[in-house]
Amino acid sequence: MPFERLVRAMDAWAARHPEVPVEIQIGRGSYEPVHAGWVRLMPVDEYRRKVAGARLFVAHAGMGSIITAIEAGKPLLMLPRLRAEGEHNTDHQLATAASIGSRPGLHVAGNAADLQARASVLLADAGTPPAPIARHADPAFTDRIRAFIEAP
Amino acid sequence: MTSRKRVLAIASGGGHFVQLLRLAPAWEDHDVTYATVHAGSAIDVAPSPLLTFRDVSRADLWRLPLALWDVARILLRVRPHVIITTGALPPLLALTLARPFGVKTLWVDSIANSERLSDSGRHAGKVAGTVVTQWPQLADGHVEHWGSVL
Repeated sequence: MPFERLVRAMDAWAARHPEVPVEIQIGRGSYEPVHAGWVRLMPVDEYRRKVAGARLFVAHAGMGSIITAIEAGKPLLMLPRLRAEGEHNTDHQLATAASIGSRPGLHVAGNAADLQARASVLLADAGTPPAPIARHADPAFTDRIRAFIEAP
Repeated sequence: MTSRKRVLAIASGGGHFVQLLRLAPAWEDHDVTYATVHAGSAIDVAPSPLLTFRDVSRADLWRLPLALWDVARILLRVRPHVIITTGALPPLLALTLARPFGVKTLWVDSIANSERLSDSGRHAGKVAGTVVTQWPQLADGHVEHWGSVL
């Protein structure tokens, strides 16, 4: 689903910060950025490379973005998608932001203006990056799933 | 020593698939086939094979027959003993189709659902052999908490 609030906010931010290269993945959104570079959808390997190479990663409060940021050790600034804005089927991203957004290196914006303000602050001082994590889940969890698979 | 099982590890794109990848050690000694929506995800699972299906969600339910057709083909091709999924709707279709054939199925509800189980997860409770939540506070008599991907 498109997320026009995020795209428009960061495009407007890019207009005010021409010295900062901004690239936005817009999916199926109808608004095409004017000031920031943009793509519809980049391949997953390119996506990970770009997150790893960025100074700041701005995204929705989705688990793919969160886990990608943590695995890359990059600060993540999130704007939760809202059901009322037609940005998702439910408001679960608010719950995700509340339950996971307080981890070090993860930041949650309340609205588009807050997103722009926090982007400027975080670029000046990104603070503590997310703590590195292992590539896979806790072995206690995957062992339990393995036992499920192997049980007769 | 247990015999090798054919495992289908299936998830929609984005966060669902990223969570599935973090569980990979669970099936490393078995014959796993992955299934998701982007063919480009093959680089994440090589040398294991990856099949793709067309996605559907509540926002575009007209795509349901396409997804149903694709997951049916995947099931016929893989003939899994076990299906593991981290969501969302197309994998739920896979569990539903596989149920009459005695396939063992596990639904790992997304870590995104910290306040309540996803709607798909609640439906999965009716068709999946086992449903687990990644949040201890959501565990109850029917849904267990085994851990989380983070």
